[in-house]
Amino acid sequence: MKNAMDFRNLLNKDNNIVQLIMMTILIFVVMTALSPDKFLRYYNFESITYTFPELGLLSIAMMIAMLTGGIDLSVIGIANLSGIFAGVMFKKFATDAGVADTGFGIVLMGGVIALGTGLVAGALNGLLITRLKITPILATLGTGQIFTGLAIVMTGGPAIVGFPNAWAFIGNGKILGLATPFVLFVVLACLIAFMLRRTTFGINLMLIGTNPKAALFAGLKREKMVLLSYMLTGVMASIAGIILSGRTNAAKSDYGTSYLLQAVLIAVLGGTNPAGGRGTVLGVSIAVVALMLLSSGFQILRFSNHLIDFIWGAFLLLVIALNAYKNRTR
Amino acid sequence: MAWFQKSEVVIAGILVLAMILIGLVNPAFWSLDNMFSLLRSNIIIGIMALGVLLVMISGGIDVSFPAFAVAAMYLTIKGMLYFNYDGVVLPFVAAATMGALFGCLNAFFVYKFRMIPLIVTLGTGSMVRGFLLGVVGTSMININKMPDALIDFGKSDIINMVKPDGTTFGLTAMILVYVGLAIALHFVLRYTMIGRGVYALGGDPEAASRVGFNIRKITFFIYCVAGALAGFAGLLHSGMIWLANPRDFVGLELDVIAAVVLGGASIFGGRGSVLGTMLGVFMLVMVKNSLIIMKIDTTWQRVVVGVIIVIATAITAWRDRRANA
Amino acid sequence: MSENFIELRNVRKEFAGVVALNDLSLTIRKGEIHCLAGENGSGKSTLIKVMSGVYQPDAGEVHIDGNRVENLSPMASIEHGVQVIYQDFSLFGNLTVAENLAMNVQLREQRRVLSWRRVREIAKEAVNRLGVELDLDKDVEQLPTAGKQLVAIARALMSDARLIIMDEPTTALTGKEIETLFRIVKDIQSRGIAILFVSHKMREMLEISEHITVIRNGQKVADGPTSDFDEALITRHMTGSDIVSEPYIWNREKYGVMPPRVETRDLSSGSDLDKINLSIKPGEIVGVSGLLGSGRTELALALFGMMPGYSGTIAINGQETTLDTPQDAIKAGVAYVPEDRLSEGLFLTQGIDRNMLSTSYEKLAPGLLIDQNKAEEWVETMIRDMQIATPTGKKLVKELSGGNQQRVVIARWLLTNAKFLILNGPTVGVDVGSKAEIHRIIRELAQKEGLAVLMISDDVPELVHNCNRIVLMHRGAFVEEMASVDTSEDQISDKLKNLT
Repeated sequence: MKNAMDFRNLLNKDNNIVQLIMMTILIFVVMTALSPDKFLRYYNFESITYTFPELGLLSIAMMIAMLTGGIDLSVIGIANLSGIFAGVMFKKFATDAGVADTGFGIVLMGGVIALGTGLVAGALNGLLITRLKITPILATLGTGQIFTGLAIVMTGGPAIVGFPNAWAFIGNGKILGLATPFVLFVVLACLIAFMLRRTTFGINLMLIGTNPKAALFAGLKREKMVLLSYMLTGVMASIAGIILSGRTNAAKSDYGTSYLLQAVLIAVLGGTNPAGGRGTVLGVSIAVVALMLLSSGFQILRFSNHLIDFIWGAFLLLVIALNAYKNRTR
Repeated sequence: MAWFQKSEVVIAGILVLAMILIGLVNPAFWSLDNMFSLLRSNIIIGIMALGVLLVMISGGIDVSFPAFAVAAMYLTIKGMLYFNYDGVVLPFVAAATMGALFGCLNAFFVYKFRMIPLIVTLGTGSMVRGFLLGVVGTSMININKMPDALIDFGKSDIINMVKPDGTTFGLTAMILVYVGLAIALHFVLRYTMIGRGVYALGGDPEAASRVGFNIRKITFFIYCVAGALAGFAGLLHSGMIWLANPRDFVGLELDVIAAVVLGGASIFGGRGSVLGTMLGVFMLVMVKNSLIIMKIDTTWQRVVVGVIIVIATAITAWRDRRANA
Repeated sequence: MSENFIELRNVRKEFAGVVALNDLSLTIRKGEIHCLAGENGSGKSTLIKVMSGVYQPDAGEVHIDGNRVENLSPMASIEHGVQVIYQDFSLFGNLTVAENLAMNVQLREQRRVLSWRRVREIAKEAVNRLGVELDLDKDVEQLPTAGKQLVAIARALMSDARLIIMDEPTTALTGKEIETLFRIVKDIQSRGIAILFVSHKMREMLEISEHITVIRNGQKVADGPTSDFDEALITRHMTGSDIVSEPYIWNREKYGVMPPRVETRDLSSGSDLDKINLSIKPGEIVGVSGLLGSGRTELALALFGMMPGYSGTIAINGQETTLDTPQDAIKAGVAYVPEDRLSEGLFLTQGIDRNMLSTSYEKLAPGLLIDQNKAEEWVETMIRDMQIATPTGKKLVKELSGGNQQRVVIARWLLTNAKFLILNGPTVGVDVGSKAEIHRIIRELAQKEGLAVLMISDDVPELVHNCNRIVLMHRGAFVEEMASVDTSEDQISDKLKNLT
């Protein structure tokens, strides 16, 4: 019976992207109908190109973890900690003129520190999962606490405010008339998509997620690949953290906590199988755009953030129900 | 059964060791005053942990219960104020019922759509909390508005003592509520068919349905009871702190899950016991509270909790692997 | 009272337009041992599920004790006394033997509260009824497979069974255990309980049953008393064609002068392997026979780098090598087709291409990127060479038959240019037709390409027909080596039974 279910899933696989695009169009049309003058403004779409990349990157990070049947609940912690480490360093090196005019070299170093944080944090997750064989849920739940905890220790609670201008450019600037975060997102998404389809690493992740035991017997370097995948997840999270701190000019231990649910939701909505073995960057990217349109539409309609949380939760359940209906279980 | 007992003995052993250690750093740890307040801190997290234990034995995980707890608590108290009702029994029944209804939502999605419980409960938790804060309200209900009967109930002690300096301290009677619920759950898990069904479901869901367990009934039972316990704990919490804060319990799921895992339950289902969970809760609460006694900055609290989760899960993972080898 | 216990009349079952059972009738008399024979996918499991009430037939009737039963539910089926022992036994590994044994009775009595004293009583009675020894306080997951099966049978007996359906009960058992099982089956029968023995192993069917029904493509193709059948006839009914196999002859002139592909000296590992000295020359197919737990699988794992820390030496192609990881073994030219194809061999929801190439990706990507053209070319070649029935390499492996799936696994290793192939149960769960085809492929590879093959199998005829040498393993050591031309199946079967 389970086989039959998977089979239908597969028939739907190619339709998945089409369905996502249709859903996006539907959201677009409904929101336009509800509030045409506000929703259709150029400014609205431009602001979306600034806000969605950080969530998009976190969702792709989540998808990468899910490919091997895992999950990374520490992405938000990693993102914040990366921003905070960089911010603390900038404060250290701040000249009399203030943090804003920090030299390019130091900003670059901040970037290295932030990315390095993601890499080390991801490696910690990966090692706990592959070496100590802790279930990904619990391992990343624990490390998420540690990362957030360290962020509190570093900041003592309040936000670190004030980042160099060059850093803010990553979150606020424009390249060729397009939002820097957006450009960054497109580049990274293409890179990851390409990597998943055309490199040994990418295909190994899919195979390991499909059947870890068979991967072992096929001689795949399972532990190494899973470790690398969590390191990649960590780096993606830290890039999201860089964008977030650049955009808001601040870093805090509890920023973006609602992103965790949203990243899981977007990954699942984008066609990722949380049990492993299936997921595409394209699907996740469309899903994040669709949901950002939805969310911005509701904001225009003056829904509170809490209500939007409610809607996200309801949407996740709806997606589960629809997927199940499509596959007709029970 | 020897296996279970062994694992609990190990937890208890570690616990005693940790207590001796903390006591050596600061003998004030052993004061009755500190012990009583420690026990008091066990109650809410402990009752919630009982619910999570149930879910974990069945092979699931629940991250929605803090939202259920806060929603049940806030709605109940709002209702009490609205109807000007001042009592104890009915509100607790109402809060537990509300929690159970929320739990039904989890059960429905987990059973009907066979979706991974983590994702379902992420969704329901976000929904319920979003609804509470977005629709019902975000304002705190302070002690001056709180129903008196609830506060009086929360204040009741079983032991009252007077310190040399004249101040009084006591052991809250709520501990009896916690222990009572724990005993009840232990009884259900050990001596009822539905309790054994929870273990069977966690051991092998396919086999459980083949031998004739009603999986739907068991799934609903699990999540409804977990929800009811959360709702109950939520209201009890507000009675004990004389405050109803709709933003309460954020992030508590991590502590509770950590406690249950510390108590020896397996995230893969099929293993776990009430006694172990209570020990796990005690351990977690003790370590967290003792940071102050041990003169460690409280900002380190989350780091310590995280480290405890990682160590505890590493040990259980190692144990499970050895058991299967 | 009718003499028949259960009777299916003209049953039909479709799934989304695919006919699984077509106008199928089956009668099981009270207290008989009945064999249901059929290849994989012939409709055996659908038939079991109709009898156990899991599926409702689309057409046709079910009669129990001469009365027509409508809408047979799983619970109703159990109440009528139908018990199914599935291949995985449906036991709870996390619970004790006693609780597992008592579970069904407690459920049937619709108890809400359970008394542990009563659990023990029921368990004791169950064990007594079966006449076996079992540690009631052990967790089931700590029992060996045969022990789990006993628990499952004892549990079924406690449910006042009148028909026990056993789905491939001998798959995970060997020699002595099968003998014990058969003794128990006969004993159960003597109490008037009917047994439906679902199998595809011919010798067993002929040995145990009184009546045989053969189904193919959801239809009954033959039934009658067992005395009317022999192996060849059953095979013919199951497959619809005759299959003749000739014994494998090693080309000694061509390969005898070459150095051995694999040679071990005093290979030992803990209590699993005890001073194994094995040497296989190119073109040889060496069979390994032994009971479960004899160390045969451990031998395979050691040679595939999955038993690090072994003592003794392993030389591949005359080169002494340390095999501490599967990667070491693969690099040295060793290939392993694991026993459980579905869980250990295949990535079911992935395409044929990825399954075949899984071990070769690093070779396909000398730089960073995979050479797509080369990859496609390799897959196409393999599909052609292995005669896999598929229009494209993108087809998902789970949509293939067992035989084609096994070819995909073998193809994976041929792509790595393996020189030494270890096959653990190469045709378990493969239907008779594909089985012969897989044997042909393996023999050809050995004969023409000089592949050295180590074949581990429970299936004695398979070893006798396909190997030039057979070694008998027991307690981690080689106890005897035979040339298969001088050995008959019965001789080996007898030797296996006499091992203690």
